[in-house]
Amino acid sequence: MCLAIPGKVVETYDQGGLRMAKVQFGGITREACLEYLPETVTGEYVLVHVGFAISRVDEAEAERTYQALKELDQLNELDAPAVDESEADPTASRFIKGRTGD
Amino acid sequence: MKYLDEYRDGEVAGKIVAEMRRIQTRPWVLMEVCGGQTHSIVKNGIDQLLPEGVELVHGPGCPVCVTPLEMIDKAHSIARRPDVIFCSFGDMLRVPGSDGDLFTIKSNGGDVRIVYSPLDCLKIARANPTKQIVFFAIGFETTAPANAMLAWRAREEKMANVSLLVSHVLVPPALEAILASPENRVQGFLGPGHVCAVMGYSEYVPISARYHAPIVVTGFEPLDILEGVLMTVKQLEEGRAVVENQYSRILNESGNLPAQQLIGKVFEVSDRKWRGIGTIPNSGYRLRKEFAAHDAEKLFDVAEIATMEPEICISGEILRGIKKPHDCPAFGTLCTPQHPLGATMVSAEGACAAYYAYGRHLKPAPLHQIVPNAAPEPAAAGGGRS
Repeated sequence: MCLAIPGKVVETYDQGGLRMAKVQFGGITREACLEYLPETVTGEYVLVHVGFAISRVDEAEAERTYQALKELDQLNELDAPAVDESEADPTASRFIKGRTGD
Repeated sequence: MKYLDEYRDGEVAGKIVAEMRRIQTRPWVLMEVCGGQTHSIVKNGIDQLLPEGVELVHGPGCPVCVTPLEMIDKAHSIARRPDVIFCSFGDMLRVPGSDGDLFTIKSNGGDVRIVYSPLDCLKIARANPTKQIVFFAIGFETTAPANAMLAWRAREEKMANVSLLVSHVLVPPALEAILASPENRVQGFLGPGHVCAVMGYSEYVPISARYHAPIVVTGFEPLDILEGVLMTVKQLEEGRAVVENQYSRILNESGNLPAQQLIGKVFEVSDRKWRGIGTIPNSGYRLRKEFAAHDAEKLFDVAEIATMEPEICISGEILRGIKKPHDCPAFGTLCTPQHPLGATMVSAEGACAAYYAYGRHLKPAPLHQIVPNAAPEPAAAGGGRS
């Protein structure tokens, strides 16, 4: 129910007194209301929930946290105990197999 | 898709789990608050990836699930009226009331429509001036800005044929109810990322402090959830209990201020009954009296409806993290998504429905399945990683 999806704003306009946008999610474009993020400009990514943009995606923050996660083991490899690879790896790969892209 | 695919990287997931194993010394019970998180966890098998002794229990954060049967019956009684076009988000249509669901009403000639956005109701109202357009306004704080905008525009545009049947619920009072319960097992929370995108997370700070429970506001993709679990376990291991933000690409402490402002103009806090849990004080929104002309509960004379829930259903205990779907004798047999008996089976985001959808009813309960009402035992030497 609280599903919200990040999409790229490709057009902004006014409609019946409301600030609106066309937002692209992968191959699908839908209308979203921008009243709660009135400063949004074309090209930015917003999080859309039931036809309303509720938050702007902070690109720098997204990059920073993802890089931090990727580097996790590099930070700890010196003092980390040996991890049973046979346990960690096959389970992790289920993420990739199981996705349907929703 | 950008900002989704990179958070589904199996290799990085393995690194996060390895880090969790490195820091964990004893068992911990965590609750993910939001139904979307529950769905993602079960779908991706995240609970089965975690080190032994890091247990996820599933929270009350599915608004469809916790909408009380009385409110669903009220909705159905309005939707059956010939002068009404009843509009709803899609996930509410399949939820059974005491006598059928909205799909049944539609197949019997009722005008029931699924909307993508609450604003669609304004278009329907303009096209159907002789009909009453009633929108079933349910949801948590995430959905409140959208529903508030419908009420606001309906009043601004003097659209007398638009009303809302409001059954809004709020997360913080539910967390407090869980933590205050003598049966509580939950030691830390994955906070609801999209609720906090709207509201920020400052209202969680006193709850975390009062009950000494870490709350890590968390996103919905597999890596978000794993990182949220790691951050929570880290706090628990270090004896800290603060509010942290895993989902920093989406939200900050203050949330969306214009959205909060309109919510405050349209709604006021009220007591709310939660299906499976009961009434929680100050745990919902209702329309302010300035919006009485658009309040479906006032416009349509719907008598109070007495309802009965099946005695076998344990959804209340599941919603509070005390039990899991496998603890219920009806799970997957008497109770299925086609014939749900209670809250956690009625919507795809309910814990029971998610377990069912991903085949968990076909397998025996996992060995570390919780024993009802048993407190987690302290780890043996070197335990927690067996």
